Amino acid sequence: MRVHIDQEKCCGAGSCVLSAPEVFDQREEDGIVVLLDAEPPAGLHDAVHEAVAICPAAAISVEQADRAGRV
Amino acid sequence: MTTAERTEAEHGTGPDAGLAPLAVPAARAEGCPFDPAPGVERARREEPIARATLWDGSACWLVTRHQDVREVLGDPRFSADATRPGFPFLTAGGRELATVKPTFIRQDDPEHARLRRMLTADFMVKKVEAMRPEVQRLTDDLLDRMTTGRNSADLVAEFALPLPSLVICLLLGVPYDDHEFFQERSSLLLSLRSTAEEVRGAQEDLRRYLTRLAESKRSAPDDGIVSRLVARGDLDDEEIASMGRLLLIAGHETTANMTALSTLALLRNPDQLKRLRADPSLIKGAVEELLRYLTIVHNGLPRVATEEVTVGGRTIRAGEGVLCTLNSANRDDGVFPGGDALDVGRDARRHVAFGFGVHQCLGQPLARVELQIAVETLLRRLPDLRLAIPFEDVRFRHDMGIYGVHALPVAW
Ligand code: SF4
Repeated sequence: MRVHIDQEKCCGAGSCVLSAPEVFDQREEDGIVVLLDAEPPAGLHDAVHEAVAICPAAAISVEQADRAGRV
Repeated sequence: MTTAERTEAEHGTGPDAGLAPLAVPAARAEGCPFDPAPGVERARREEPIARATLWDGSACWLVTRHQDVREVLGDPRFSADATRPGFPFLTAGGRELATVKPTFIRQDDPEHARLRRMLTADFMVKKVEAMRPEVQRLTDDLLDRMTTGRNSADLVAEFALPLPSLVICLLLGVPYDDHEFFQERSSLLLSLRSTAEEVRGAQEDLRRYLTRLAESKRSAPDDGIVSRLVARGDLDDEEIASMGRLLLIAGHETTANMTALSTLALLRNPDQLKRLRADPSLIKGAVEELLRYLTIVHNGLPRVATEEVTVGGRTIRAGEGVLCTLNSANRDDGVFPGGDALDVGRDARRHVAFGFGVHQCLGQPLARVELQIAVETLLRRLPDLRLAIPFEDVRFRHDMGIYGVHALPVAW
């Protein structure tokens, strides 16, 4: 899985940080999302999908890896 | 769907056409004060993009399903700008407010984003999580005061309202001693019964108070938000006053009503109360479920289409207003099976109680921390907490834009 964020779209209410704190954080100066781990381990995939689903600004997207693990 | 409706769906007839539009705000049922209005529930089941009529006789669309509500609120072709023709106002007071300089909740991007981003740092998860000890201390102090030498009190006046009020005053740098003054004005601004004059008066009082406050922070800065906005140097005192007003009002009524209504909902669902008491680690999830189940912004978020958009099979034309009812979306069975029941063990995180899209509640991390601490501490410290009056005598806020109870007499 490869995670993408779009800081332009983000409105900074932090739901992604609550879903997957290992993957997302917020920038100190303005609360905009920052990506901590663009290729999170399988154990975090559900949490990332949750973050995608609840992000109100559609600022997070994921690409799934193919069978060989490439994204 | 009848043939006529199908034709309409295909050809996109405006909200003025067709039969029996629902009058909004719709009346709630006598029976369960926690449930959305029956008319709105029916709309969600039978006609998810329904016609509705507002108080002034104008027409709009009512969007009731979870998926459609998220689509509309997440789509920049639906504008939050109340000065656009066709914008649906819920009350005369709401229309009055649109005539004064808007805050970012009634603006679209990029202006909305520019202003909102001046505040996002103050409400980010890390920053608010760091406030837990302070919120816990305030909570304990209020409960000490409420319970010392007594075994009954009004939970709204003595706990649910003062807690968020103290917290938002602290964050903004507004003296808490003035709380009665703001509480009265916020209440007028949020009442569905206020006349346009009352709204204008309350608005003006708050504007004057906050402009003066901004002025005073110039010579005596502190670390509150108002002071920080002053220090930026790119906002005038009027702009600072309107942001301050927005935060003050949002901080007061929402968390206060969620706290009181959550307590009441748990007392009415003793099995859920027992589960939560037995396992306090459920609190985070339980708060999300209470947010979903109660959804105190119960009259629908207004937007106006800026171009033709198809939602839920209906064509909405440019200049037509829509109301997105968050409470019905949060009862949508397809997303929350058995959604009419309170279940503190449910995964309710997809709820839209804070809205959706770029306008989603800025203060939600703070609301979560306050609610988690308030509910957990209340249940822990008052194991015999109960309602002190018959449930039938509880006065619900049918007359307010933010749902809740006017008072909650409890004993312990
Ligand atoms: S949930 Fe979305 S909008 Fe909110 S902080 Fe994360 S990326 Fe930004």
